[in-house]
Amino acid sequence: MSQWTTICQDEQLSANLGICALVGAYQVAVFRVKDQVFALDNFDPFSGVNVISRGIVGDLRGHLVVASPIYKQHFDLTTGQCLEDDTVSLNVFPVRVHEGAIQVQPAPLVRPVAEQVA
Amino acid sequence: MSGKQTLVVVGNGMVGHSFMEKLVAAGGLEQYQVVVFGEEPRPAYDRVHLSEFFSGRSAEDLSMVPEGFYQKHGIDLILDEAVIAINRDTRELTTNKESSIHYHKLVLATGSYPFVPPVPGHERDNCFVYRTIEDLQAIAKAAGSSKVGTVVGGGLLGLEAAKALKDLGLETHVVEFASRLMAVQVDDGGGAMLRQKIEALGVQIHTGKNTRLITDGEGTVHQMQFADGEVLNTDIVLFSAGIRPRDELAKQAGLVMGERGGIVINNDCLTSDASIYAIGECALWDNRIFGLVAPGYQMAQVAVDHITGKGSSQFTGADMSTKLKLMGVDVASIGDAHGNTKGSLSYQFIDEEKQVYKKLVVSKTKKRVLGAVLVGDADDYGTLLQMMLNGIVPPANPAELILPQSDASASASAGLGVAALPETVQICSCFNVSKGDLVDAVAAGCQDIAALKGSTNAGTGCGGCAQLVKQVLDHELTQLGVEVKKDICEHFPHSRQELYHLVRVGELTTFSQVIDKHGRGMGCDICKPTIGSILASCWNDYILKSDHAPLQDTNDYFLGNIQKDGTYSIVPRVPGGEITPQKLIVIGEVARDFNLYTKITGGQRIDLFGARVNELPAIWQRLVDAGFETGHAYGKSLRTVKSCVGSTWCRYGVLDSTSMAIAIEHRYRGVRSPHKVKMAVSGCTRECAEAQSKDVGVIATEKGWNLYVGGNGGMKPRHADLFATELDDEILVKYIDRFMMFYIRTADRLQRTSVWLDNLEGGLDYLKSVIIDDSLGINQALEDEMTHLVGTYQCEWKTTLESPEKLKRFSHFINSDQPDSNVVFVDERHQIRPATKQEKIQLKEVI
Repeated sequence: MSQWTTICQDEQLSANLGICALVGAYQVAVFRVKDQVFALDNFDPFSGVNVISRGIVGDLRGHLVVASPIYKQHFDLTTGQCLEDDTVSLNVFPVRVHEGAIQVQPAPLVRPVAEQVA
Repeated sequence: MSGKQTLVVVGNGMVGHSFMEKLVAAGGLEQYQVVVFGEEPRPAYDRVHLSEFFSGRSAEDLSMVPEGFYQKHGIDLILDEAVIAINRDTRELTTNKESSIHYHKLVLATGSYPFVPPVPGHERDNCFVYRTIEDLQAIAKAAGSSKVGTVVGGGLLGLEAAKALKDLGLETHVVEFASRLMAVQVDDGGGAMLRQKIEALGVQIHTGKNTRLITDGEGTVHQMQFADGEVLNTDIVLFSAGIRPRDELAKQAGLVMGERGGIVINNDCLTSDASIYAIGECALWDNRIFGLVAPGYQMAQVAVDHITGKGSSQFTGADMSTKLKLMGVDVASIGDAHGNTKGSLSYQFIDEEKQVYKKLVVSKTKKRVLGAVLVGDADDYGTLLQMMLNGIVPPANPAELILPQSDASASASAGLGVAALPETVQICSCFNVSKGDLVDAVAAGCQDIAALKGSTNAGTGCGGCAQLVKQVLDHELTQLGVEVKKDICEHFPHSRQELYHLVRVGELTTFSQVIDKHGRGMGCDICKPTIGSILASCWNDYILKSDHAPLQDTNDYFLGNIQKDGTYSIVPRVPGGEITPQKLIVIGEVARDFNLYTKITGGQRIDLFGARVNELPAIWQRLVDAGFETGHAYGKSLRTVKSCVGSTWCRYGVLDSTSMAIAIEHRYRGVRSPHKVKMAVSGCTRECAEAQSKDVGVIATEKGWNLYVGGNGGMKPRHADLFATELDDEILVKYIDRFMMFYIRTADRLQRTSVWLDNLEGGLDYLKSVIIDDSLGINQALEDEMTHLVGTYQCEWKTTLESPEKLKRFSHFINSDQPDSNVVFVDERHQIRPATKQEKIQLKEVI
C-alpha cells in the first residue's frame, strides 16, 4: 500500500501561496489552487535551487501553473511540464487532504527525481 | 456533364487572374465548372511593371500565371476571344468568334482602357496607347525609326511610359494639361520637385499644355499644336491620359451603370444582376473607380467569398495611397495629399540640395495624420501610412514626422523611441540578439512576447532587455499594420495605465475585485505583481496583508532580494547615504553574527547577502531594534537618494545636498511605482552625486535647485533632461511629487522613467506643461495622492515583525526546522559566497 506522509494541517495551506515540505528525501512544493491541492518538486531545474514553492501561481493558456521565482519559467501544476521547454518537467507527487491534514506520498508519480544535489 | 454550376469569368488581367487563384484556394472548383475568357493572346501578366518590358523583361517574365495553372486545375482558359454580348434572360454569352456559352454565375473583370483625348489627329499612325504587351511591341517597332517620343499625360502611368520611351533611346517629352506632374497624387511643391528631378534625367516636361491638333511635323512624323500657340515636333505620340472602365459589355446587358461609366457594384461586388459580379477597374463602388491593383485584388477576394459562400468579406472602399519609383525617383502619396479636409493643417519640408520634398497633412486638432506627399525620399511612407490608417496620434509637433533627424536627436525625439534605433544595435546582450533579428522574427510571424522570446531567446537571460524587446515588438507590429495590444497579459485586456485608472476610479482594493470586474481567469506572475503594485500605489496597504500576499514576487513576499542560490540579500535604508558609526557597527555585527557577505552598493548603502528565509526575521529584529528601516531594495519603488556632503563640508558646495537628499528619501520611501526609482542630490554643479544619471536628479546652484528627470545608468544609459531651474525647497518637492505620481499613473509595467519619457507623447515639453503649467489641471490631485502615500508609509519589516502570523511564513520547510541542504557556502576573500555546482558535489563527497 502507498504510504501517506502528513506535512501540515489543512488550514496551514493558504490558497495561492505555496509551501515547501520535506517528504522523505524529497523537497516538495505544495499549492492549493481553486480548491485543489498540488505537489511538485521544489527544485527548479533551470536555476538548480529549491524555490518552486515561492513562485506565483495562476493560469496560462489553459494550464494551472506556477512560475519559478528565479527565471520565471512556468510549470503545469498537474503534470509538472515546463511550458517554455518541452524537455523539462518537474516530478509530481500524490497529494491529498485527509482528515484535516495535507498528505503527500514520498515518491513521485512518474519519472525519477531530477538531478539534485541533496 | 457534371452536376456543377458554370462560372464564367470575363477578363484575364491581373484582377481576373487573382480571382482565379483565390477561387482555387477557397476550393471553389468543387462547386463550379469554370470558364475564363481573355481577349489578349496571352494569360494575365504584370501590367504594373509593364515598362520593364523595355528594360529587358520578356512577356514570359511578366506573366502572373504559373506554368500549367489553368490546365492543372481543369479550368477552361479561352484566350484571344472576346465576349461581346450577355443575354441575361437566357444567361448566355456570345463571343466575337460566334460561340456561345451558358453561365450560372458571371464575373466581369474587363478592366479599363486608356483614355485618348479626342484631339484631331489622334488616330494617325505612330500614335499609341500604353496598356498591353501588344501596345509595347508596336511602340518598340516604331521607335526603331524614330528620334523623338512624346507622352501625353504627366500622371503616374504617363511618367512610367516616359521611362519606357527613354529606355528606347528616344528624346522624350511629357505633355501635361494640368500645371504640375502627377496632379492627382501630389501638390504643387511635390510636383515642382518631381519635375526638377525628372528633367535632370533628360526628360523634357511641358505643363499647362492643352493639345489642340496633331498634324504633320517638320522633319518629324508629327507636330503637336497647343492652345497657347506653341508646337512640339515628335515622331511618336503616346497617350497616357487616364483610364476609363471597360463597361460596354455590361452596358449592353442593361446592368446599372455610373453616370460617367463603370459597373455599379455593392459591398459584395455584385452588380444589379444577382448572378453577375464585377471586379477591378471596370467596377464602380460608391461612385468611385479604383485604378490600382490592390483594391482590385480586394474585390476579387470579396467576390470569391460571396460566390463560394466560404467567407464574408465585404468591399468597403480602399486606401489609394501609393508609393513608387518613377525613373529612379521615389514618389509617394498618402491619403488626403492635397489637404482637402476642412480645417486641416499642413507642414512642408524642402531640401533643395538633396532634392527632397515632403508634405504632411494633419487634422485641425493635430490628433490625426490625414495625408502626405513625399518626393525624393519616401522612407517615411510606411510610418506615415500606418499612422493614417491606424489613427495613431502624431507627436505634439507633427512636423517632426517629416523633419530629418540628426543622430543626436534621433533617440530623443518624441514618440519614436525604438524606431530610431539602427537595425544593428544589440538589444539582448545575453543572447546577442540585435534589433534586426527581432524585426525579422516579428516579420516571420512572432506576434507576441512569448513567441518572440521562443524564437530569438531575447529577454530569456537576465531579462534586463524585456522592456526594449517589447517596444521593438510593438513598433514592428505597428509597422506591419497589426493592432498593437497593450494588454499586460492574457488575463486583462488593458494596459497598466488603464488598470491603474480602473483601480483608482473604481476604488478597487483587492486583486479579486479587479480581476472579477475587469479581467478573466486566475491571473499570472505578470498581472498579479502589477496589480499588487497598483493597489499599493493607490491605497498603500501593507503588502503582505492576506489579500495581497499571493500577488507579490518572492522579493516583496520575503522583503529581500532573492539571489541565485535561493537566499536573500538585505539592504537597510541609509537615507542620503549618511550613517552613524554606531549604526555601521550594528550592520557589521549583524553581518558577522549571521555570517553574511557584505558589499557597499552603488546607492551608498550596504547590502548583506546569504540570508536564508528562516534567518530573515532575526536579522531584521536586530536591525529594527537599532533604528534601521527596510530599504525597499526588493521593491519596485524608491531605492536610494544618493548625495554628496554638499555645503556642509565641501569647499565648493553651495546648498545642503545631504539634508535635501535625506528629506526626499524620507518623503518617497516605500512608494510603489511601475519600476524602481533612483534619485540623487548634488551640492554643486561638479555633480559628485551623479544626479543626471537618476530618475530624479537635483543639483544645487547659487540661485536654487535645478531639477533633472528621466536619467538612467544601467543597460541603456540616458542623461537626465533639465526640467526646471532655480527652485526653492518647496517648489522642488512639489514638482517631484507631481512627477512621481504622473509617472505612476501613466507608465507601462516595468518601464523606467527614462523609457517612459522617451515614449511620452510630446516628450519633455509636454511633461513640463503638465507639471509646471498644470495643463491637464491634475496637479492638485497628484499632490493629494502623494500626500496620502507619504502619510500612510510604514516600514514593512517593522509591521511584519509585529505579526506572529506573518512570521510563520519565514521557514524553508513547513514540517521541519532543517535548513535547505542545497544552500552551501564556501569562503572567498574572507567572506562567504554560494558554492558552485561542482563545489557542492565535491563537498558532498568529502562528507
